[in-house]
Amino acid sequence: MPKLFTGAEIVFKCLEDQKVEHIFGYPGGAVLPIYDELKNHPSIKHILVRHEQGAGHAAEGYARSSGKPGVVLVTSGPGATNVVTALTDAYMDSVPLVCISGQVPTHLIGTDAFQECDTTGITRPCTKHNWLVKDINDLSKVMHEAFRVATTGRPGPVLIDIPKDVQFAKTKYKKPNKEKKLNGKIHNKFSQDQIDELLKLLSKAKKPIIYSGGGVINSGPKASQALREFVDLTGFPITSTLQGLGAYPGDDNQFLGMLGMHGTYEANNAMHDCDLLINIGARFDDRITGKIDEFSPNSKKVHIDIDPSSINKIIKVDLAIVGDVTSVISKINKSISKSKNGHSKSNKSNIAKWWEQIEKWREKNSLNFVNSDESIKPQHAVQRLYELTKSKDTYVTTEVGQHQMWAAQHYKFNKPNRWMTSGGLGTMGYGLPAAVGVQIAHPEKLVIDIAGEASVLMTMQEMSTAVQYNLPIKIFILNNQYMGMVRQWQELLHEKNYSESYSEALPDFMKMAEAYGCKGIKADNPSDLDYKIQEMIDYDGPVIFDCHVDPNENCFPMIPSGKPHNQMILGPNDQEDNKIKGKGKALV
Amino acid sequence: MPKSKSAYSIPTKKQKSETYIFVVWVDNEAGVLARVVGLFSGRGYNIESLAVAEVDAIKNISRITIVTTGTPQVIDQIKLQLTKLVPVHKVAEFKREDKDVIFKEMALFKVVGKKNKIDKCLKACKKFNPVILDETKTSAVIQITALRREIDKMNKKLKPLGLISTSRTGAVAMTRGAKIFN
Repeated sequence: MPKLFTGAEIVFKCLEDQKVEHIFGYPGGAVLPIYDELKNHPSIKHILVRHEQGAGHAAEGYARSSGKPGVVLVTSGPGATNVVTALTDAYMDSVPLVCISGQVPTHLIGTDAFQECDTTGITRPCTKHNWLVKDINDLSKVMHEAFRVATTGRPGPVLIDIPKDVQFAKTKYKKPNKEKKLNGKIHNKFSQDQIDELLKLLSKAKKPIIYSGGGVINSGPKASQALREFVDLTGFPITSTLQGLGAYPGDDNQFLGMLGMHGTYEANNAMHDCDLLINIGARFDDRITGKIDEFSPNSKKVHIDIDPSSINKIIKVDLAIVGDVTSVISKINKSISKSKNGHSKSNKSNIAKWWEQIEKWREKNSLNFVNSDESIKPQHAVQRLYELTKSKDTYVTTEVGQHQMWAAQHYKFNKPNRWMTSGGLGTMGYGLPAAVGVQIAHPEKLVIDIAGEASVLMTMQEMSTAVQYNLPIKIFILNNQYMGMVRQWQELLHEKNYSESYSEALPDFMKMAEAYGCKGIKADNPSDLDYKIQEMIDYDGPVIFDCHVDPNENCFPMIPSGKPHNQMILGPNDQEDNKIKGKGKALV
Repeated sequence: MPKSKSAYSIPTKKQKSETYIFVVWVDNEAGVLARVVGLFSGRGYNIESLAVAEVDAIKNISRITIVTTGTPQVIDQIKLQLTKLVPVHKVAEFKREDKDVIFKEMALFKVVGKKNKIDKCLKACKKFNPVILDETKTSAVIQITALRREIDKMNKKLKPLGLISTSRTGAVAMTRGAKIFN
């Protein structure tokens, strides 16, 4: 007679078998049996957050920085509804999360019981899959399948809803099965013919560009390695989406910077004028494409993606290769090396003219801004932060808005998994809890949340979590007293009617830091910036850095809505080059 | 063109929509229909009709038949999105005009009236295999199987003959000949 385990024990046995080390959660009535069991499993550490949304984002930060799935544990009703934003965020950005939620006992389901909600109903559209486990005998199988669904193919969040009586019920434990086929849903079915076709396109291209995305990061560090090799072999220029930053070194000469709405002039123009576009693990998001009808009008388009539903969803492509980026690119690299017989650099001469053109675009220096001696320019603040932290292996998260775009533009990432930002859903309040999760995964590393003052207030309570676990996260707030991106749109498109975008009663972030028991640093003068940033880096503990920046700064360059890539708005000083002076010249 | 104030792109010209039939094999489990239907509503796809029932009790498989309209791009997406759902095993789609596929709906008509009226109804339905399921001196329930537009037509035609209630299924589909959906 095998030993019987309670549902709560089975949850932990599954987590142990899935090699889970951290879970982010918040207790409540319907998950108490699971919380009761926690003490018996010392290999699993529970991180108590202050709000379930924070648990979700922390797990996202954990997953994106470590490559392992993030695990969330919440109670029924409000616990589950609070985590919905984070699940949706993870779904949009393909982050593997396993969320376990408590549910009212099975006999009360459907009776509007206390803290009951239709959790699987609510989370159905924002998870890859979810389960309501009504029978204890299904629990171990469902738990293991949940991890498999979350981490295979295009990763994403899943949710397991476990009624309280199932947590108490007893049954046998089943170990995970070895590699079961998931209804044929693992997509790695590309052929050598497709690779050969791509090789043909590569050799014919005169104006090629590689456009890489978050899929490269999701495929693991080997994918970034393969991508670098591919870029080196071909000599092609490469641009990246917001999520793909770090897959290719941001300071390399072949890297054109980010593309899209706030991408660089050279990246967007190259996208528009190219004759071969190779999309690697990106999804032609509307922030990237601009006007669809005029998107890269003269190019052959290649799309490499693990998710077949991403192919031809927005942009019709000429060659689709469905597969995992690592295996596809490695295969391509091998084929290139073979076909070239060692003369791997030879096709670079084909595209010399193209590079000349790109250099011309580069001369525009589109990320340029007018620096000031009186007020801190937000771009300058990010640049200084980058210069002072680039020697360390720094992890950066962000909130959503202007600061996020400035971070993406001015902070150069050289490794994958170092950049965690909410792209698809655009969740303000993502960065602080994400930083908590990143720091949990990498206790010895420098973790910075580049934040805006409006965003960070949405999940500010998680500072308490950071203090509790002594997580030395640095919250670097670019404080412009506005919801900056909203203000920018209002300035440019709504006749400067700044409707409700100014924050009147902002808290004193120094006092707030003190109240939470962490360090507060305030900077409002450009000349103090460097040493204050250094002070933040050197402090061993969580820091809230209140960086007062010019409230009127806009994020440029920018593709206005409904416009193609080659019709960008450039920053104010691009027309009047001579205005850059002093320190600014050295910086840009 | 007026200046757009939107942060989003402007819709571009639409392609022509066509009617397609999807056949979806799914695990017969709680919530599976909600997943399929939710995918349609969530992504703004159309459902013209829907039929679902278990077809294999041992393997626990249900077969869902959905009639939808969309541009070729949308139809392509529907198929790929459906295939991604965990409980979905297989998806087949075909155009309504496809000659290799039989496509049927069933309707029940309740007619109230004298015998001669009911006989007239039966005669009108002749082409669609009418079966009388229930008959009294003053009423009858007639079952027919036909195409959607044929049932629409009959529905109109029988009104003056005493039709007081119509109940109809969604479309179901089957390939002709020996081959099956792949």
